[in-house]
Amino acid sequence: MVAMATVLQLSLRAYVPGSIDPGNLTLENFAALLKPLYARVFLNTVWICFLTAIGTLIISYPLAYALIHVRNPLAKSAILITAITPLFLGEVVRTYSWIIVFGNQGFINSVLLRFGLIDAPVQFMFTTFAVVVALVHVTIPVMVIMLATALAHIEPDYVKAAESLGAGPVRAFLTITLPLSMPGIIAGVTTAFTWTFSAFATPGLIGGGRVNMVSNLVYQLGFASFNFPFAATLCVAGLALTIAVLSLMRLATRSLEKIGPY
Amino acid sequence: MPRSRFQRLLGVLGILAVLAILGFLLLPLFVVATAAFSSSALPSFPPKNLSLRWFVNAIGYPDFRAGFWNSLIVTPWSASIALVIGATFALAIEHYEFRFKSMLEGVLLSPLFVPHFTIGLGFLVLAVQISLVNTYAVVIACHVILVLPFVLRSVYISLRNFDPRLELAAASLGAPPRRVLVTVTLPLLLPGLVSGWLFGVLLSFNEFTASLFVTGQRTQTLPVAMYNYVRDYSDPSMAALAVMYIVAVAVLLTIANTFLGLGKVLNVERRT
Repeated sequence: MVAMATVLQLSLRAYVPGSIDPGNLTLENFAALLKPLYARVFLNTVWICFLTAIGTLIISYPLAYALIHVRNPLAKSAILITAITPLFLGEVVRTYSWIIVFGNQGFINSVLLRFGLIDAPVQFMFTTFAVVVALVHVTIPVMVIMLATALAHIEPDYVKAAESLGAGPVRAFLTITLPLSMPGIIAGVTTAFTWTFSAFATPGLIGGGRVNMVSNLVYQLGFASFNFPFAATLCVAGLALTIAVLSLMRLATRSLEKIGPY
Repeated sequence: MPRSRFQRLLGVLGILAVLAILGFLLLPLFVVATAAFSSSALPSFPPKNLSLRWFVNAIGYPDFRAGFWNSLIVTPWSASIALVIGATFALAIEHYEFRFKSMLEGVLLSPLFVPHFTIGLGFLVLAVQISLVNTYAVVIACHVILVLPFVLRSVYISLRNFDPRLELAAASLGAPPRRVLVTVTLPLLLPGLVSGWLFGVLLSFNEFTASLFVTGQRTQTLPVAMYNYVRDYSDPSMAALAVMYIVAVAVLLTIANTFLGLGKVLNVERRT
């Protein structure tokens, strides 16, 4: 237990800048973060994470809802297996699949060309759009699990009560189910954000150097220029950013709880 | 209560939306399968001729083979160690009150939100310091940390559904603590432990980002080998490998769902 905690603590501590160059403690690395080149990568990363989290939420909610409300056990298992299989395929396999879908001779372009909808292949690869679509695909399983957990714990009687009091299905959903599933939504969006932040293969391969995220930068710095201290600085900054986002989310949850039906 | 036309429309729309989403989830898998069975080196749709040559190619590719064996070494060790540690901590956290309990929980769950490249870099630097670079030990240690939260969650959920009175009953009938643990607690927790281990296996087998940092040429795991291949070549051997991967995972998950009830493990079953 102690060994375990030490390793964890060390692993969390090892990337403190300067620890690789002993005696060379400096804040220069952090100052370098403000250079437009790096600042842009950070902004870009946050933007991609944000888009992915929202996209995943919109796509996952109906799926989680169906998973909880479908009565046929076979359909239920089919939804569950389909929804969570991507989780266990690993980033590389999924990213590769999307490369074949998006490539210039890929699936989408072949289909569009065949039906004469376009004359020349559309450039999907190396675009933020393609990266976000692939990342959404990667993040759906986690989001579905979190939303379904929240939805499963909503008392069905509440919805029935609302309906017996004359609320239509839309109104019952908006005033009962949606607010009550808010904890799941917040948890899901937070997790989606942090997972996307940690994505590497998807922006690396689909972005192909043109859509860069912090993870790719860290790898390049570490293995192409062996600038480990600065790579570590980026990690620390990334972690700080993640924690900041998490705290913001928690604050948002707290204020929601005040307004919400709790 | 008779359903209005509006409600029926809503239901149909809902079903269509869910089908479209499932289609979105399955689209890349379908496309990969098509590419894997086509005979041309550039994926074309629909494929002109069918062939299995990419499967032969993928199975014969030395880096894939080495990666597969490395993964077979790393994965069971990581999952098993994570299970032992996770189960111990889950039991301790559930049963005892102690200082720094919430801090311990936070530390144990931190790999969930600490980016994998950060953990990978941390372990790499650590490995350099204690001169363990390019060893399986570093890869395994790194994987243990990464899968621990999931194993912990799985064991934790089965502990929650566990009736502590059964332990008390055994104890009141004269069983010493160790006997209670072996004959009552562990057998009842078995499904949670097995599914936790399976989760660990699947996640460790697939772990890529951190592995990229901590593995060397000699210890590279299958996902790392695949990444290098995709970066350097573009023929569908990778698609063939992906198909084998997908089939294996789908079979495993179906088995797990049949025997363990994934819904219960993931805590998404509706309360009754």
